[in-house]
This record gives sequence, structure tokens and C-alpha cells, in this order.
Amino acid sequence: MSVPYDQVVQFVRGFAKVVAENKEYLTQLDSAIGDADHGINMDRGMQAAQAKLDEVPEGDVGNLLKTVGMTLVSTVGGAGGPLYGTLFMQMGAAVAGKPELSPQDWAEALTKGLEGVIMRGKAELGDKTMVDALAPARDALKEALDEGASFGDALRRSAAAAEEAMKGTIPLVARKGRASYLGERSAGHQDPGATSSYLLLKTAADTWADADP
Amino acid sequence: MKKLINKAEDVVTDELQGIAAAHPDLVRVHIGPNFVVRADAPVKGKVALVSGGGSGHEPMHGGFVGVGMLDAACPGEVFTSPTPDQMLEATKAVNGGAGVVHIVKNYTGDVMNFDMAAEMARGEGIEIESVLVDDDVAVQDSLYTAGRRGVGTTVLMEKIAGAAVEERRPLKEVAEIARHVNANGRSMGMALTSCTVPAAGKPTFELGDDEMEIGIGIHGEPGRERMKLKPVSEIVEMMAVAVVEDIPYKRGDQVLAFVNGMGGTPLIELYVVFNEVNKFLEGRGVKIARNLIGSYITSLEMAGFSITLLKLDDELTKLWDAPVKTPGLRWGA
Repeated sequence: MSVPYDQVVQFVRGFAKVVAENKEYLTQLDSAIGDADHGINMDRGMQAAQAKLDEVPEGDVGNLLKTVGMTLVSTVGGAGGPLYGTLFMQMGAAVAGKPELSPQDWAEALTKGLEGVIMRGKAELGDKTMVDALAPARDALKEALDEGASFGDALRRSAAAAEEAMKGTIPLVARKGRASYLGERSAGHQDPGATSSYLLLKTAADTWADADP
Repeated sequence: MKKLINKAEDVVTDELQGIAAAHPDLVRVHIGPNFVVRADAPVKGKVALVSGGGSGHEPMHGGFVGVGMLDAACPGEVFTSPTPDQMLEATKAVNGGAGVVHIVKNYTGDVMNFDMAAEMARGEGIEIESVLVDDDVAVQDSLYTAGRRGVGTTVLMEKIAGAAVEERRPLKEVAEIARHVNANGRSMGMALTSCTVPAAGKPTFELGDDEMEIGIGIHGEPGRERMKLKPVSEIVEMMAVAVVEDIPYKRGDQVLAFVNGMGGTPLIELYVVFNEVNKFLEGRGVKIARNLIGSYITSLEMAGFSITLLKLDDELTKLWDAPVKTPGLRWGA
């Protein structure tokens, strides 16, 4: 039922790998409606976070996530650094001291993480940001768990919701961040932040769902 | 795209080492976290002025560190906001015990990273005043955008506030002067080309041979509108009207007119632009009391220019004229 510590480590490694694989793609999305650095920045941050993994004392999932967050804050820069940093730090705070993640723990972590992102960036649903992918993903996870779904199913539904929402950002006119300077011209392009958030949720599903189908 | 670099990921470090080697009389450079401070920092009893932003806008901000301008500048990766630890360490390095002013350009990343840094600095007992620059008229300031970008007025604010701190004015007064500059400065930019971020390897956007982009920012991002290239007199008219009518600047006003190159435009063209700006303002009865012409807030090799007007009064003029001794701007010292 629960995700053990080393599987959370695998999740972080998995996200680092997925970001590296999608570095060009994220940068390309960020060229259309930004300044062409989202992929580059996230890759730098996740590589640094990955390098820290061996230094983190084992057994505290909250501390692991918090360390990832702090590393992202000090290496990513831009808007992504404070936002992803806060996401991971708040996720970590929500599960501080826990040796493993139960499904409820993960739902709580996502909830607190999302709250942190909104507090820091002040985005609302529909602003064309990472919140547009994170919020539906969190909602889908909670809904699935409330319905009694297995953790694996809930994770997959969460990732699917994030994917749909990510694509849903395409027609939106950006109201936050650099894309908002383009006004109407931001419509017709998928948001880079929503895309990297989808990749995060997908990694959670890919890493943990098979262990508990 | 041809660039004069070694490895893309080393550009900022290589540049900082170059600055350290070139200007040891003016600045000291700290690597990891990266920041540039004036050679005599910290200056006891003086308010310190700190700014920062992505690299790729040189000479802003690192080139403006020294006497009469910034105490410290924090360079992020190219076009990427620096991180809070940079601003925190820089703030501590230049803290003279009289408080620190953070000049923050209005970009989502800059604002959030500086906010986090200010929280951390205040936590260590340093008084911080944050001043926002949001002078770009190309973007509507509304509930539906991230607000107006901080562009050309940033340079003017750093110089003017820098003179105020050199006069040993107190923290709140310096912040007030800086905000007064922001309230009276307006800018607009345009581009003939995009630019290439070293790590990305290709231009951020493509412009046709006969096209221009109006309302660009300083990060190579597309602007408000793309149109066919016009003669420069028409381009300047279009942009100057938008700038002048924003506050508005009125007949009889005295201004500082700043014609800025985006990095890839030669000085010959900047003077052509200034000639048009001069004629335009003359026609409106706005007097150019001071000017600045050159590439001071750039976007790598982007070809283009921006116009900034700052409404002057006696005090601002005096502070503008005060001596400054930095790698990027130097007079009277």
C-alpha cells in the first residue's frame, strides 16, 4: 500500500531523467511563449537535486522532498525555481518524518505543495500555468482514493488528468508569467510549466503504480 | 548560430572571471553563489544598493557595480532570474548597517526570487526596501498579465539611486527617490531580430527579412506585434507616441532621453534613432535636458532598440550628473 523511502528516491531520479529527456521539448515550448530556458533550467535543477540524493540521510521522505525543493530554489532560477522549489518543500513539510508514503500522504503532499505554489505565484486556474495541471491531478487522485481505487489506479488517473489539463492549456491566453506579455498571441501554445508538472505526475505513476496495481 | 564561447554551461562563469580580471580596481567577483560587489564593500554607514537579473543584458547589472551606482549585482544564468541565495549573500556582503535597497525588475521570476531573498535577509536582521521597476508601456498592467516589465528605466534608477546612496541619504529616502524614478520613467522596445540563448543553440523566435517585432522585452521573447519593417522615422513615431502619451509627458517637461541598443544594433543606427526621437520631442515641446545613447540594457545580440524617457526635476538631474565609476558607466570620477 505504501511507497517505501527508496521508491521515493526512484521517483526523484525518474523525474530528473524525464526532465533531461524532455529538455529540448520544454525549451521549445518556452521559446514559443517565453524566453527559451524552462527545459535548460529544470534540467540543471534536477541534476543538482539528483546529485544530492546520496547525501540525504535515509528514512525521512519529508526531508528528502524538502532537500530536493531547496536544491531547486538555489539552482533553477527564474520563476520555475521558486515555484518548483516551494512545491517540493511544501510536499516535504506535509510528510515530514515519515519513512514511507501512504496514498493519503501523497494526496496531502500534493495538496500542500499546490497550496505553496499558489501562495508563491498567485496563479489561479485558467491563468495558463503549472497550477492548471497540478490542481486537476490532485483532484483526480483524491477522488480516486475516495472511491476506493487502488493506489496504482489513483496515480494513473492523476497522471491522466494532468495530461488532459496540460493539453487544455493550449487555447488559453496566459495571465501570468512571461507568456502574459504576449497577450492573445500566447493562445495556441501548450504551457511549459503545465507540461513539466504533467511529467512530474506521470513519473509518480510510472514509478509507483506498478508496485501496487 | 556562431558564438564566442567555450561550453554553453560555462558562459556565465567565464564572463565573471573576465570581469574580475578586467576591473579589480572597481569590483570584486564572488563565484558560487555568483555576485559582483564594489571593490570597497561594505561601505559602513551607507545604504547599499543591490540588483540582479539574468545574464545576457550586459552591461546591466554587473557592469553597473562601483562608486555612485550599485553596491552589488547578482547574475543569473542567461535570461534566468538569479536565486535567493545569491541575493542574500550579496546583501550581506555589502551591508553597511544602514539598510539595503533591492532594485527588482518586474518579472515573475525576479520578483519571487528577490522576495524570498528579502525574507531571508530580514530574518538575519537586515532592513530591506524593495523597489519595483515596471516601466514598459508595451504591456498592459492589468489583472490579466504579470504586469508591466522592468526595462530601460532600471538603468536610470540604478544610477540615480546610486548617487543618492553615495550622498549617504537614509534608506527610506533612497527608496522613495527610486520609486519616484519608476513613476516618471516609461519605455518601449522593438527588434529586427531575435537572439540565441547559448544553451538553446537557436534563436528564440524567427523574424522574416522584412519584418520587425514591436513591444519586445529584453529576454529574446516575442513582443506584442509583428509587422513589416518601416523607415525608422515611422518606427520612432509609433513608439514615441506610446511612451509620451502614457504618463503623459507634456509640453514644457524636461526629460532624460535614453536610446538603448539591444546589443546587435550599431551605434550609427542608434544615433539615427536619437535624431528621430529629438525631432519628435521637439515637435511635442518636450525638452531633452539629458541623454544616454548606447547599449546599456541588452538582449545578447538582438538587433533593435528601446526608448526610455524619464521626466526630470532639479533633484533627479543633479543625481544623474553625480560622478559614477563602474565598468559600464563612468563620468566625473
